[in-house]
Amino acid sequence: MPAIEIPKEKWSGKVREITLGATADEGGTRAKTVTVGGQNSMPFLHFEGDSPNPPAIAIEIQDRKPADWSSVLLDAWGDVTEDVVAWAKAAEEKGADVILLKFGLHDGINADYARKTFRKVLEATGLPIIVFGPGQAELDNEVLVAIADEGKGERLVLGVCDDKNYRTIVAAALGNEHIVDARTAMDVNLSKQLNILINDMGLPMERIMMDPTTAALGYGMEYGYSVMERLRLAALQGDSMTQQPMLVTPGEEAWRAKEARAGEDVPEAWGDWAERAVNWETITAGALVESGADILALRHPESVKRVRAMIDALAK
Amino acid sequence: MSLSGIQIYKLLPASSKNAEVKKHGNCKECGYPTCLAFAMKLAQKQAELAQCPYVEDESKSQLEASAAPPVRLITVTGTERKLEVGNETVLFRHEKTFFNQPGIFVRVKDTQADAADVAKAVDAYSVDYVGMDLTLNGIAVEAAGGDFAATVAAVKAATSFPLILLTEDPDTAEAGLKAAEGTRPLLWAATADNWEAMAKLAAEYKVPLAVRADDGDVAALAALAEQVKGAGVEDIVLDPGARDYGSSLTVFTQLRRLAIKKNERKVGYPFIGFAGDDASLAGQHIAKYAGFVVLDSFSPGTVYPLLVMRANIFTDPQKPIQVQPGVYEINNPTPNDPLMVTTNFSITYFAVANEVESSGIPGWLLVADAEGMSVLTAWAAGKFDAERIAKGVKGNELEGKLDHKRIVIPGHVAVLMGELEEELPGWEINVGPREAVDLPNFLKTQWG
Repeated sequence: MPAIEIPKEKWSGKVREITLGATADEGGTRAKTVTVGGQNSMPFLHFEGDSPNPPAIAIEIQDRKPADWSSVLLDAWGDVTEDVVAWAKAAEEKGADVILLKFGLHDGINADYARKTFRKVLEATGLPIIVFGPGQAELDNEVLVAIADEGKGERLVLGVCDDKNYRTIVAAALGNEHIVDARTAMDVNLSKQLNILINDMGLPMERIMMDPTTAALGYGMEYGYSVMERLRLAALQGDSMTQQPMLVTPGEEAWRAKEARAGEDVPEAWGDWAERAVNWETITAGALVESGADILALRHPESVKRVRAMIDALAK
Repeated sequence: MSLSGIQIYKLLPASSKNAEVKKHGNCKECGYPTCLAFAMKLAQKQAELAQCPYVEDESKSQLEASAAPPVRLITVTGTERKLEVGNETVLFRHEKTFFNQPGIFVRVKDTQADAADVAKAVDAYSVDYVGMDLTLNGIAVEAAGGDFAATVAAVKAATSFPLILLTEDPDTAEAGLKAAEGTRPLLWAATADNWEAMAKLAAEYKVPLAVRADDGDVAALAALAEQVKGAGVEDIVLDPGARDYGSSLTVFTQLRRLAIKKNERKVGYPFIGFAGDDASLAGQHIAKYAGFVVLDSFSPGTVYPLLVMRANIFTDPQKPIQVQPGVYEINNPTPNDPLMVTTNFSITYFAVANEVESSGIPGWLLVADAEGMSVLTAWAAGKFDAERIAKGVKGNELEGKLDHKRIVIPGHVAVLMGELEEELPGWEINVGPREAVDLPNFLKTQWG
């Protein structure tokens, strides 16, 4: 019988490498940096390509104890959610590669508050930092511009940067050596277009993370999954403007789903709340790992452990 | 690999070297004017070969082989329910769609006193997800030194789902097959050591047979599948023996690529993956090509997310899920609470419903029939206009259900305000935010 030859894909393209954080030598204060990207095959197909950098896990912490988080999450973190410094340290202990500092939407937010809060987190952890504004256009600009300046040279990721605010955010990133999280609706061409617009402003491609928007399991996850596969295939086929590492937010999205949030008045078939909730986050995250995610922002410590185990096993 | 129209034409009567057959060339009995026209239709899969009464046997077998799907369809049946897996044609769901959802089975052992109870619980489990009734698919009974035949019989009596019989010992397998009589289980597994006896059993009892190699050895697996096929077993399932994330992703990808891109018939069968108790690994198996997934235990808090994951991945990308048009109650609303309207594209619906629900604000959400399009797309296509919204308001008798006559429309269709006032006399039309994420704040500040 003739031998079976395993078909291998030979791609011409490769995902760009992006390094988050800067050490003292590089003009920052981080104890370590994290590099993502660099693959030249679909995820983890080591028999036909290289995946030099496994996906990184960011743990989301918030400037104040979040009012809208499920008790399953708050209980898992305990008292540290009361204090952003303690939370940042706890997140590092729980195995984060990167800290995602998310500002909640509340009355106390302004540029000065954002600077001070960010400074505390910067000093509490040696990990690279992603900063997300509260999600309201004007406040996002105010918070992110202030932090970009406060953290000059730290190679932060500033987010989210979309087609409406990108001029402001990219300008802040340009002058202060940061990266942006370029988020679009789930669409290959929109992702590409925003990358082009940002790059046209002079921000190098090595400082643009691509964020195709995450949808949770049961809430459109498959759209994001397929858009990510298509973006990654386009990158490997040599489309330069799609060769960005991808940042996704399964933690935030999964924990918005009723299945993760609601412990009462739900069908019996949904099973144990905490078990279901953590599975909601890890299965969402797992699907995104398979479809090409490079940075996954998670919330629950147990999810971090499981997604880490999955990535470690796949990266071998 | 499918043949082109010209290749097919060379196998039809008009091209035959046999004069007896050739005289029927272009006879039109198939309903097409010429053999060439018929060949073209066959190539496009718009005609059936059976429409030609004169095609030669040899041509027939070639044509049938070319039409066979690259991944064979395998059917297993229980006392009442069945499962079909295989028939897949693409590696990425966006290229077309994934067709047959993998069966998710729960493993019980014949040393386990509660095997039948587990089977009963698995059988009874069903959960609603956007109007779809999701269930598991069967029980895998493992011979672990107990009374295999008795356990198989008890499990069969406890479930209407199909079974998988897990044993590599031919005598035990035969006892199990006898106990499973009246159903069509999957027999796992034939190996390099036992394949002759197992193939004989599979052929005799007419059941599909899984072949197992070690450590993801594709060549050994293909060789084994060929041997089993040679012994008369057509329905084969592949187990490359990969049990962890990395090796199963690699070998399932390699096998599926061989089947689909290289038309390698030796591995043109569904795969079985064993996920243990690892939900994420089961998730990987679902996304990356398994036809059967075996879990070591049954727990609704794990099974529900996996069933949703499977429903998501196997959704046809060209036909997005629509939600049923109608009125949805969020957070137990009273007749005074806000009424909002959106379209029945599932993602749009979820975005809106999720925001309102997580805010804790009670409200009524009218989902208009916009043929499954999002707000802006539907508006542009004329599927989400004042008339349709008014029809929804009237059709759902909202005037009787509510104590107010106010409706919040999406900010993206603010232009509909005037027309809607005409369609719904006496109603106050409020223009809401463009994005669902801004709805809770809008309701808090603008509705009162």
